[in-house]
Formats: sequence, C-alpha cells, structure tokens
Amino acid sequence: MSPRVAVIQFPGSNDDRDAVWALKALGADASLVWHADAELPERTGAVVLPGGFSYGDYLRCGAIARFAPIMDAVRSFAAGGGLILGICNGFQILCEAGLLPGVLRPNASLSFICRDVALRVERIDTSFTSRCREGQRLVIPVKHHDGAWFAPPKLVAELEERGQVLLRYEDNPNGAVGDVAAVMNESGNVMGLMPHPEHAVDPLLGSGDGALILASLLDAVRERESAAVIGA
Amino acid sequence: MKATVLVRPKQGILDPQGQAVEQSLRKLGFAVAQARVGRVVDIDVDAASVDEAHVRVDEMCRQLLANPLIESYEVEVHE
Repeated sequence: MSPRVAVIQFPGSNDDRDAVWALKALGADASLVWHADAELPERTGAVVLPGGFSYGDYLRCGAIARFAPIMDAVRSFAAGGGLILGICNGFQILCEAGLLPGVLRPNASLSFICRDVALRVERIDTSFTSRCREGQRLVIPVKHHDGAWFAPPKLVAELEERGQVLLRYEDNPNGAVGDVAAVMNESGNVMGLMPHPEHAVDPLLGSGDGALILASLLDAVRERESAAVIGA
Repeated sequence: MKATVLVRPKQGILDPQGQAVEQSLRKLGFAVAQARVGRVVDIDVDAASVDEAHVRVDEMCRQLLANPLIESYEVEVHE
C-alpha cells in the first residue's frame, strides 16, 4: 500500500496543493486535510504542514495556526511517534506549537527572499534524510520573509550536541543562528525546514533535490508499516 | 478592566525592523541612537481586581501574546 500522507490545509496555506502533487509524484497516497477537522484520516503514516501564510501571519508567523482543531490530532500523532514534516510556514507552526525547538524570526535583511539556496546535509540516519549522502549539497528554493531560525545559545548547543540540526545553509540567506535550515525534535519524528522540497522534485523545475527529503519520509513510513505487519 | 500589553524584542535580539526605522529617522535628520519596534495589545479583561487582571493577562502573554525566546513583555492594567 502507498504511504498515506495528510497535508494540512490552513486558511492561508498556499503550498498545500504543491505538497500533495509532489508526494503523489513520489508514490504517496497524499490528500488535503482541512484545519477544522478533528481527526486525521485512518491509517495516516505521516503529516505534512505546508508552506503559506496561515491566518495572515497575524501576531507572529504560525502563532494562531496552533489553535486549529486539527492541531490536537497532530499533537497526539506526534506524541505517539508519528512522522511530521513542517515546510516553511509549517516549520513556523511546529515551533510555535512547541513541537520543535526555537522560533523563526524576520529575515535579517527584512527582504522577502525567493531563490534557490544550497544546503549541506548534516545527518543521514534520520527519517527525513535517509536518501541523502552524508555532507551532500542540495539545491532547494526558499521563499520567506520570516525564515531566520533562532534559539538561545544554550539551547543551540544542546541541539548541536544531540545532532538535531539536519540541514545547514551554505550561504546563509536570512540570518538564521548557526546557518540552521532544518531541525528535528529530540525523538526524531518531527522535522521542520524553511526550504521547499515540494518545489524541487523534478530537474525540469530547476532541481530534483527536494525529492530526496520527501522520499526519505515516505521510505520511513513504508518501513514502519512493514515492521508493523511483520510484528502482527 | 482595560489592560495594555507591550511586547518588545528582547535586548540583544536582532531587530531588523527597528534598524530600518532607526535609519529612516536619521534620514529625516533626527539624532537617534537606537529604535526598536514591538507591538501593543489592548485587552478588555474580565477581572474583579487589578491583581486578578494582572495574573490573567500575564498568563495570556506567556501562552500567546509573546514568544519568550525572543520577546519580553510588560502589562499595565487601568481600572
């Protein structure tokens, strides 16, 4: 069976359809799930929080989306070890919801940045980077105004120590602390990144490197499902 | 009871918006050493006393109005 992925659609999400398209292109059974729903579809193997401007970025980016009814289901899914990927606004939401460490702040330049960036893969033994090579250089686009990841120095040191930084910018576009482009939670089932892997799944789009991130996630879902079948 | 919440970028946290305002003020000829931009939230809060209003609004700040990693806040309550 194809890995089932729920892509959450908030008011103001705008990369939700692209995420579904990219995941389907990679073999997933992906569908949109409305923010006001109370439950994830049955047999959901992974949740993707897509990019966009949920709730108009009011107060702080991602601060309001964490109150959406579906977020209770997302939090329970995370607590049960479910795989969650937050892209751009999805990363901001996961940070505001306390599911990922740190916060995304306005870019140091105050400009909206929309271009391809080069990233370095820091770890490949994770559910989000298993298709990459250690130290591989990925080219994936960013498009954000509030993409500067920040955490206080002590927290950054702890995250580095535990290897929770998965991707780093080669040439930091936004002022993120430690050139951080992607972080994972301590238990390794939740990851957020500012670049948009769903916009880079075909060389015709400029790069296919984003497919490595999404395909890693789908591999992880398949692995868990086959382990569950064997276990039964 | 009316409360006013002032949310500010913490000292030492880069505030590019404040820097842009600071530069613009200088261009207008004002001698400005620093400007920092925060936000104001006015709240009509249901509370029996000033102390109770403070407690409620403080909780609102911690849960939503400010992100403690990057922002500090002050609460004023007016009877």
